[in-house]
Amino acid sequence: MNAPDFPDVTRRGFLAGAGALVVSFTIPVHAQEAANPAPAPAKPLALPGSLADTPLLDAWIRIDADGSITVFTGKAELGQGTKTSLRQIAAEELEIEPAAIRLITADTALTPDEGYTAGSQTIQNSGTAIRYASAQVRQILVAKASEKLGVPVEQLKAQAGKVVGPGGVVVGYGALVAVDFLHVNAAADTWLKAPETYHAIGKPFARVDIPAKVTGGEAFVQDMRLPGMVHARVVRPPSYAAKLTGFNEVAVKAMPGVVAMVHDGDFLAVVARQEFQAVKAMRALAMTATWQEQAALPDQDQIPAFLEKSVAKVGIVTSVGADTMPGARTIEAQFTRAYQMHGSIGPSSAVAIVDNGLTTVWTHTQGVYPDRKAIAQMLDVPPEKVRCIHAEGSGCYGHNGADDAAADAALIAQALPGTPVRVQWMRDQEHLWEPYGPAMLTRTSATLDDKGSIVSWHYDLWSNNHGTRPGSAGSLIAGRLMAKHFAPDPAKLQISPLGNGDRNAIPLYDVPNQRVNWHFVADMPVRVSALRGLGAYCNVFSIESFMDELALAANADRVEYRLRHLNDARARKVIEVAAEKFGWSNDPMPEGRGRGFAFAKYKNHAAYLAIALEADVDRDSGAIAISHVVCAVDCGEAVAPDSIVNQTEGGILQSLSWTLYEAVHFDDTRILSADWSAYPILRFSAVPDSLEVHVVDNPGSPYLGVAEAAQGPTAGAIANAFRHATGKRIHDLPYTRERVKAVLGV
Amino acid sequence: MKLSVNGVPHEVEADPATPLLYVLRNDLKLNGAKFGCGLGQCGACTVMVDGKAVFSCLTPVMLVEGRQIKTVEGLGTLDEPGPMQAAFIEEQAAQCGYCIAGMMMRAQALLEAKPDAGDADIRQALEPNLCRCGTHMRILRAVARARDKMRSTSAASSGTTGRAS
Repeated sequence: MNAPDFPDVTRRGFLAGAGALVVSFTIPVHAQEAANPAPAPAKPLALPGSLADTPLLDAWIRIDADGSITVFTGKAELGQGTKTSLRQIAAEELEIEPAAIRLITADTALTPDEGYTAGSQTIQNSGTAIRYASAQVRQILVAKASEKLGVPVEQLKAQAGKVVGPGGVVVGYGALVAVDFLHVNAAADTWLKAPETYHAIGKPFARVDIPAKVTGGEAFVQDMRLPGMVHARVVRPPSYAAKLTGFNEVAVKAMPGVVAMVHDGDFLAVVARQEFQAVKAMRALAMTATWQEQAALPDQDQIPAFLEKSVAKVGIVTSVGADTMPGARTIEAQFTRAYQMHGSIGPSSAVAIVDNGLTTVWTHTQGVYPDRKAIAQMLDVPPEKVRCIHAEGSGCYGHNGADDAAADAALIAQALPGTPVRVQWMRDQEHLWEPYGPAMLTRTSATLDDKGSIVSWHYDLWSNNHGTRPGSAGSLIAGRLMAKHFAPDPAKLQISPLGNGDRNAIPLYDVPNQRVNWHFVADMPVRVSALRGLGAYCNVFSIESFMDELALAANADRVEYRLRHLNDARARKVIEVAAEKFGWSNDPMPEGRGRGFAFAKYKNHAAYLAIALEADVDRDSGAIAISHVVCAVDCGEAVAPDSIVNQTEGGILQSLSWTLYEAVHFDDTRILSADWSAYPILRFSAVPDSLEVHVVDNPGSPYLGVAEAAQGPTAGAIANAFRHATGKRIHDLPYTRERVKAVLGV
Repeated sequence: MKLSVNGVPHEVEADPATPLLYVLRNDLKLNGAKFGCGLGQCGACTVMVDGKAVFSCLTPVMLVEGRQIKTVEGLGTLDEPGPMQAAFIEEQAAQCGYCIAGMMMRAQALLEAKPDAGDADIRQALEPNLCRCGTHMRILRAVARARDKMRSTSAASSGTTGRAS
């Protein structure tokens, strides 16, 4: 193993050097429409949001001669409601109703390349781009109308799909359309509408996708039925590195309905006319296949030791002030998190067809462009010979099996040109082969002065990379298994403003002297990648657990102690709102019941979120019941308030499930968590009695990503409620009944 | 094989061991019931058979011949959603929505058997069904709202009957 080395780039250094990058996500005050607009700045501004990469207006918006409007986004609907909220944003600036917009989402043939729909960035990046593009298009339409009507621009305004002026002059958008009139670059100084004039942003619009989903409409890629479509099933090895040593091709091919078998290296699949025929053929093939396996997994009971001995490199996440400071006392703690699953309810699926050399794949990937690149490399064709079209799947919460299922479908379809092939993974395939959220180890140490304030803070984390997305063909299971055996991309340590394993590793609290390091583990014996929140889940759990310990040491109220270390007014506000709505107090509670509180600003630059909750601990069974939860969240201007609440409720309940139950189990060779009985998650009996989410709205301020903001704080609040209820702290995630009983000595 | 689905008779040709789920989705082209686990652990495939919620992924089609099968498509349409569907829309009770049809069918079976089901009954009835997005609070509210809608509808219709007689 190589000795760790210390790169000289730090997160804070990076942020300082890339100030424009951060500013470009914001809606500058001077860019808002006002009675006396500020003069244009002397220096050109960076284009906001995804306009920076795709500046042409007609890449985002098309208006046809009949007045119909189409909006394009490179982002995908994953159940967050963006098909609705992006319409609201475009409709606002275009002065039309959201329902009038045709929205095209992620498609490599039609939409901008906006990378992945990930990191709570859809509204922040795509929403901001669409907002500015729509505003500029409106201004172009008004200018065109001015020419056409001979009325000065100042006397015209856009209204309900028309430009209207004095004396009843009016012209519809469609009549203003000219060839390539939107084939112009975005301007950075476009004026946005002022919040008091909004008709769509922040207003309650029902989600456009829900009616089909509750009436049996075609809503998911799993529901696609193309003419002549056949059904495929893959047969996976029993463990990651197993080698295929034999199988009975003849017997399986002779089974009813089987139309093809695909064998390429260690990749095996069957295709049949009917779905159940494919399932039966898959089972038969799996029965006859023999594999050579090797023991390559770490000891699941010694994960911290595995992480510590596997460090390839150490990255400085931040280094501020002095390394050590004298103080009244120093407190230390260590926390861990198990490998955890995305656990999509619908196993991954994809439909592919090869037609005249073009492979088209309908996929629930989070990134149609990167997935296309990886699939093209796998198939050894140029990227333009592959088209990836997003079709909704079951919620993914990060990098699940979607890209791999798309690759499976693309590879299998090569064997049946002209025939649409539908691949559906089975439950065990999703459970065993999805890339998990990486296990982590963290260590904290803080020095307090004689008043209990934090004067020095050390935080070290051990983790894999949390992003092994496509990429290249080696990021795809099919690419790895096929005879070419594409190698996974080498894992690289990168310290970036977004953060990865180090996401939220820097506390938002005001501490003058800080050291934060990421001990980077390159070796990935367990397949891992991005799970909602990346490192933020474990880092915030660790930091917030530790803050409670510090507050106890300082003999301070736990909410007041946090506020004492926070100058950021918006951070203080969400904490105050959550505490007040919850009725935070230090009144005694019945035995076994406790209050917990936690806070984080997601990624340290997205939504602010504070949460308070109540937990009951049953000593005999070890069960923890979360009864009441109150959350306050500030994500800037709220575009779709109910979707913010929905996403935040969801994040809280999902994190509750991760925190109380979830750990992937494995032996030295195989992953063992093959289904929901081996990997239990939240069920209705454990759902809290009440869950309130309060949105702190800031009209006119920049959009801040919110959908993943609750993951870390929820874990912290549960941990702290448990500590308050029992007087004991559990440092390891998840808080299983066994752990609870062990720490309580039951 | 003769199947009655949402009150409509169908004649299908299928291996009798085929799980009902595949027959509904592929032979009858009904999207509502979803494949989730094939193991009866998640409830995404839930449909009603003779008024009871069953896992269609585990039920061989031969066992339901001649029985009344109901799927989410049988609760109403896009233009005329039934009370359960309207309640889920009004509560915006979905994130990705993959588990939702199964939730609705289990809830429908509960409310048909027990129209005055309390909130604790609803929670208990939904225990076999998994949601990964964490939409549970909204699902519970939607089912309670559907119960209230169904109650007021049945109260209204019994009122009408009363006046007529």
